Amino acid sequence: MFRRSWSTFAVLVLAATAIVGCAPGPREITITIRHSAFEPQRITVPRNVPVTFVLVNEDPIDHEWLVGDAEFHALHRTGTHAAHGHAANEITIPALETATTTITFDEPGSVAFICHLPGHEAYGMVGVLTVEG
Amino acid sequence: MRRPLLSLLAATAALLVGAAPALACGGLIGPNGAVNLLRTTTFAGYHDGVEHYVTAFEFAGGGGAFGSITPLPGIPTSVERGGDWTLQRLVRETDPPDLRLAFAEAAAGSADEAEVLLETRIDALDITILRGGGDEVGLWAKNHGFRLPPDAPEVLDFYADRSPIFMAAAFDADAAADRGQAIGDGTPVHLTIPTDNPWVPLRILGLGKAAGERVDADVYLLTDIEPAMLPSPGAFGRSEGLQLDHSAPASEALLADLRSDAGMEWVPDEAWLTKVVVDARAGDLVFDLAIDASGANRPSAIDAGYAPFTDRPVPRAPVALYLLAAATAIVLVPLALVRAGRPAGGRPLAGA
Repeated sequence: MFRRSWSTFAVLVLAATAIVGCAPGPREITITIRHSAFEPQRITVPRNVPVTFVLVNEDPIDHEWLVGDAEFHALHRTGTHAAHGHAANEITIPALETATTTITFDEPGSVAFICHLPGHEAYGMVGVLTVEG
Repeated sequence: MRRPLLSLLAATAALLVGAAPALACGGLIGPNGAVNLLRTTTFAGYHDGVEHYVTAFEFAGGGGAFGSITPLPGIPTSVERGGDWTLQRLVRETDPPDLRLAFAEAAAGSADEAEVLLETRIDALDITILRGGGDEVGLWAKNHGFRLPPDAPEVLDFYADRSPIFMAAAFDADAAADRGQAIGDGTPVHLTIPTDNPWVPLRILGLGKAAGERVDADVYLLTDIEPAMLPSPGAFGRSEGLQLDHSAPASEALLADLRSDAGMEWVPDEAWLTKVVVDARAGDLVFDLAIDASGANRPSAIDAGYAPFTDRPVPRAPVALYLLAAATAIVLVPLALVRAGRPAGGRPLAGA
């Protein structure tokens, strides 16, 4: 009887440890920009977990990292912002510099991250961010 | 029908942008992201180990400033105003009738900062010779008001890894207007560059252009002997789309005319004139034109921007295709001869 209780306790401890280990915590994802391309171009993040994005611009020209839905990008595609930075999902990364931003995504699904400087989206500066449900 | 424009030498590559004026060389980008598509004409003369580049910057109207960047094979010993008729005379030599001149130009650039080797002003052009890597040159350009297109980082690296020397040209359209320059007027620039063998930057011509856009350019070469080139314009399987429009000994009249222009006294008594026409998709123009004017017939794959410098293999003659054609001929020719010798109507059918 004692032996069985001890075994059960051990299993519970292991299970609890596993649960704690899998619990969502702060995440950090580095996105590098080189030759006007995002790397990686596909990212998956958990829902309702703060994710810090480290945006490393290795190019000698400025870039943007704007993440949002189709309507959001439609607005920025024709927008006139000279620079971004006040919103967590609208970041301007100056040439050869690094920027960071932290975002918590609360809805599952996929959104795009794009550089909307003239010609950059057409050149391929587009990525997909998937929020797991 | 081609409309030869004039501009000159070199390879030009244009980047930049600031205002809307046009330019000479390849892809200039205006403030609204539009690309100015102009035909570029450049001239590269090579004699006694010295390359003479002549290119022109055309005033296309508008105000403000714009510029371009041209990769160079070496450090120029002089940058001066080019002669007034060298480019035009070359066009007249190969496309005699009804010439319309146009010039090519380029963009600007520099970095955080590239080393400034030389600065000079020619008419309304501020010329800066830079030495640095792609990032340094790009940063210099950014810090000096140039807006580089998204392909600029890769293209600048493409050149800087082989020859970290660039010419940035900033064109002050307001100054040009104050000088009384009319739209279409060009400012020729002549660079004297000691180098083992000349090469002409072609990839830079597609800078700022979408992959499907066309690049049109005329490249004139004047060498002591007929040059070997890589790619080989006009050669089956090795031309990469380049056309050999003219290749012949230069006429005495042409050489005399060129020699009489400002800064062109170096033109020898005998020379070979070559004209290469570039008519390619920007996405396909990912190489330069390497030239071997030594007679060794070995243009450099590195100067042309091929492997091992990049992943793109050196274009080679389609030997396999030639062998297949030869094998086919070996089989078909005897058959044809046998058939030709057979009576009309052929062999009677069995049982006939």
